[in-house]
Amino acid sequence: MKVKNFIITFISAIALLLSTSTISLAKVVGDKIVLGAAVSLTGKYSSNGVHTQNGYNIAVERINSMGGVKVDGKSYKFEIIYYDDESNSGRAAQLAERLIKQDGVQYMLGPYSSGLTKAMAPVTEKYQVPMVEANGASRSLFTKGYKYLFAVLAPANLYLDVAIDTAVEKNGGKPVRIAMAFEQDAFSQDVRLGIVEAAKRTGSKIIIDDKLPKELNDMAATLSKVKATKPDVLVVSGHTKGALTAIRQISEMKVDVPMLAMTHCDAAKLSKQHGKASEYALCASQWHKSLSYRDNYFGGGMEYAADFKKMFDYDPPYQSAESSAALLVFKDAFERANSFDTKKVRDALAATEMQTFYGNIKFAPGGQNISKPMVLFQVICNDDGSKCENKVVAPLKWASAELVHPIPKWSDR
Amino acid sequence: MNRNTLLYASLLIFGLVGAFVFPAYKLQLSFLYILIVLAMTWDVQGGQMGYNTFGNILFFGVGMYVASSVQIAMFFSLSEWTDAGGEKTFVHTVPQFFQGFAFGILLSGIIPMLIAGIIGYGILGLRGHYFAICTLALGIAAGEIAGGVEIIGAGQGMTVPVWPKGFGSNELSSQFLYYLSFALAVITFTFLKWAYSTRFGLVLNAIRDNEDKAEAMGIYTMRYKIIGWMVSAFFVGLAGGIMGHINGYIEPTEIAFAGPTFGVFMVLMAILGGKGTLWGPLVGATIFHIFKESFWTFFLGWQYVALGVLIVVIVVYFPEGIMGWLREKYPERFGEVIDEADRKAQVTLK
Amino acid sequence: MLPSNRGHFFKYLEKYFMDFLIFQAPMLMVQASIDGILLGILFALIAYGMALQWGVMNIINIAQGELVIMGGYIAYFMYLSGIHPAFGVIVSPIIMYFVGVGMYKLVINKVVDRDLFISILATFGISILAQQLMNFAFGADVVVAQSNFGTTMLFDGMVTIPNAKIFSGLVCIIAAIILVIYMKKSKLGRAIRATAQNARAAKILGVNTEKVYASTFGINAALCGIAGACIAITFTLHPYTGLPYTVRSFMIVIIAGLGNLPAVAISGMGLGIFEEWADYLIGTEFRIAAVFSLLVIILVYRRFKLSKKREYLK
Repeated sequence: MKVKNFIITFISAIALLLSTSTISLAKVVGDKIVLGAAVSLTGKYSSNGVHTQNGYNIAVERINSMGGVKVDGKSYKFEIIYYDDESNSGRAAQLAERLIKQDGVQYMLGPYSSGLTKAMAPVTEKYQVPMVEANGASRSLFTKGYKYLFAVLAPANLYLDVAIDTAVEKNGGKPVRIAMAFEQDAFSQDVRLGIVEAAKRTGSKIIIDDKLPKELNDMAATLSKVKATKPDVLVVSGHTKGALTAIRQISEMKVDVPMLAMTHCDAAKLSKQHGKASEYALCASQWHKSLSYRDNYFGGGMEYAADFKKMFDYDPPYQSAESSAALLVFKDAFERANSFDTKKVRDALAATEMQTFYGNIKFAPGGQNISKPMVLFQVICNDDGSKCENKVVAPLKWASAELVHPIPKWSDR
Repeated sequence: MNRNTLLYASLLIFGLVGAFVFPAYKLQLSFLYILIVLAMTWDVQGGQMGYNTFGNILFFGVGMYVASSVQIAMFFSLSEWTDAGGEKTFVHTVPQFFQGFAFGILLSGIIPMLIAGIIGYGILGLRGHYFAICTLALGIAAGEIAGGVEIIGAGQGMTVPVWPKGFGSNELSSQFLYYLSFALAVITFTFLKWAYSTRFGLVLNAIRDNEDKAEAMGIYTMRYKIIGWMVSAFFVGLAGGIMGHINGYIEPTEIAFAGPTFGVFMVLMAILGGKGTLWGPLVGATIFHIFKESFWTFFLGWQYVALGVLIVVIVVYFPEGIMGWLREKYPERFGEVIDEADRKAQVTLK
Repeated sequence: MLPSNRGHFFKYLEKYFMDFLIFQAPMLMVQASIDGILLGILFALIAYGMALQWGVMNIINIAQGELVIMGGYIAYFMYLSGIHPAFGVIVSPIIMYFVGVGMYKLVINKVVDRDLFISILATFGISILAQQLMNFAFGADVVVAQSNFGTTMLFDGMVTIPNAKIFSGLVCIIAAIILVIYMKKSKLGRAIRATAQNARAAKILGVNTEKVYASTFGINAALCGIAGACIAITFTLHPYTGLPYTVRSFMIVIIAGLGNLPAVAISGMGLGIFEEWADYLIGTEFRIAAVFSLLVIILVYRRFKLSKKREYLK
């Protein structure tokens, strides 16, 4: 019966392992405030996951080097425990549980993408752990009555509805015909809802409503439909891959639309990768470096962009900026709560009203940030197409270029 | 026999007190029990019957969706619940929650079982890799279809009803799920142990060893294959239903019909432990889970490298699994009698 | 407004309209079919590599898609260093050949004569390993390589075909033809075919099967390299996007059978056309589901047809 012996030994070994490793880290160790985060380092969101992690890291470094967080007269430093959620929402939910129960984390930062945030939010809510998240924009996150969830970004349904309003305005106030292609995931589908509502509000008609499967990298069929039906606006959203595929195939198939509205242009480094082919694409963004917000840690957007580039060697997409802002919010809340009690921190978070380099932050009861508008930028190239830049075109307050509308036909470009 | 009783008793006691001794690991352990169920039920096809299926994840996903949809639809409008905008929030009262839970879990076993029964005749007629690939396609197609059906949330996914407020604490809810998944693992184990000791188990093995001969002997192999698949589907469906509640959120291709993760993990766990044995999948699932979780902690971002290497090493060097390896080493312990003279007479060929 | 959950009636009306679209504008049929064929040729080349090593070594390679992506990255890095990515179709198969041989020497040779299922799992392990290593080596960004080949317009601009796609179609066809001739005429080609027919007999007759296996796997990887270079200039690259290519080539091989190049080409193109048409007829969201359901239906249909003769698919 040696096998049974083996199994018994094995089981007791596990039991021993479990019982000895239950030394959970406290929420505050020495002079460190431990935050937990699951980010996508592998899997389909790995590019944006890295943007998120870099955003967190630069802010932690900056806050720590500038005196840390002062609570009760003592200075504390931030420290983040990272796990890799593999771009998988099931994994994200487990990791949230694990961070809270096993690692004893009491304050959480959000993962990348709405789907993953949606998976984590029920867990943080259950354990009443405040989570400041910077990359989950789906509106359904903010209608569930979560009390411990705070998002520094504007909800996803606001991403592109400004584009529809602009198109209607340019059309002389008359309704427009809209073609949409959205990936089958929580974020993109929520952007779609925003468009559907904007269409209803303006009386516009949606003539194409395609939902792209997640692994699809070919939009030729959708674009053929667009060519055949000639809509006034084409809206595309599908994270980084969707943006790159759309521009590649639009330019190759010579699809002429008066307005092309998208998301994730800067995360995809669209203007760099596609150059002139991406010109005139209108992009929704939570942030742009040319905005005039300021704070004490990063200064303004331009300084942030320069520092970020020095540290990570690429221009910060808004995903990084909003992630950095999440830490500024946490720091501010800790100092105002002047305590490490999660309930007090939560109340302090709810009362947040501040300006960061990324924008003003003030949370609605649902947890979304209501005091920061979305910006739209357009990719504009110089004459020979050697250099393309993102220029803010709306809202007018920050506009550094005029919206080019309608987009010139491919035959004239 | 004494040892056997000791083993079962210690396992049972470990399971029963586990929730209190290691409160921080409750969810990890419930997860382990679910994995054990997945590995054991995969082994019914892959190990005992010789039909390597990738499609059991289909039942997992269906069970997950059924359990939550039924629980919601019994009291509210499902389409409003999953409505992407989510303007409305619904809260189950305590009796509603548990009534819905009970019915949902029950159906999450029965409906996958029926599906297995219906499609079984067509699909179990395939053999070898055609069977493996057909079931792989089934799993992927199901995930893609679920991602397009709006009543269950389409690509947006679906939130699972939350534990009713005012009925115990969070601890109670995770204890509840812990014991539920533990019970499922125990029932699955006991049932399969019994089933393998009957004629049913012998027929499955006969199919694995030579299906044509089994048929020639007058056994309706198709009937047994379908029943075997239905048994697996039932338990996998239940596991899916419970898993939905553990996760709290259902996503079509990543959580429910998660072919590249759970779909493959269940195969790996069974092979690691030793397919075709009763204990193998259990041991395999435990080792796999511990290995995987510790790598997540210590090798941030490198865990897939470790996992990839592990898989290659397992299948290349231990294709018979841990139990198979032990059996080869200590055949007597498995009740195999080898004549001493025979052993001495053995010469290493090669 | 398009009702999301309520009012399925409107949804169907709208789908009805889309149904009509492809029939209203016949040019769309031409477009869909051409897109499908060009997509299909690319998949067929990957599938041919898979069929080759499946037939010769009885191995199903799950890491096929990762080989494709790796080949694509080679073309991408050429593009980054200022060389036109189209030359990738020459360079990347050469590099990939050695990658393939290396993979064989390290792992595959240990699973060659084992159960088919073992090879599936071993290559699955390789595939997640490769994804991860690519993620570290090449970065997590989604990337594209620009060919600047322009576009061909047919029928007054109603049908547009990117020249990059035509280029990759041609490259795939040429590669396939070269391979067929090579297999027929060269010594190694004949050795490979002999091994596929009967490995033991070939061994007895003096064929070094170990070498044959290694080169077969290398040739398979080279084919993936060519396809990958084409994908770099027609679609996008990301370390984790290999799986669809593996699964598609699987399907093509299953439908076509092993060792039958014309059938592989036809089923590849047929699948491409089916996928594009499915997009128009049942909606983009069910496009992939349609492809996989089709596979299940084909297999079950073949199973019932054979079971009348008391045979089965094996």
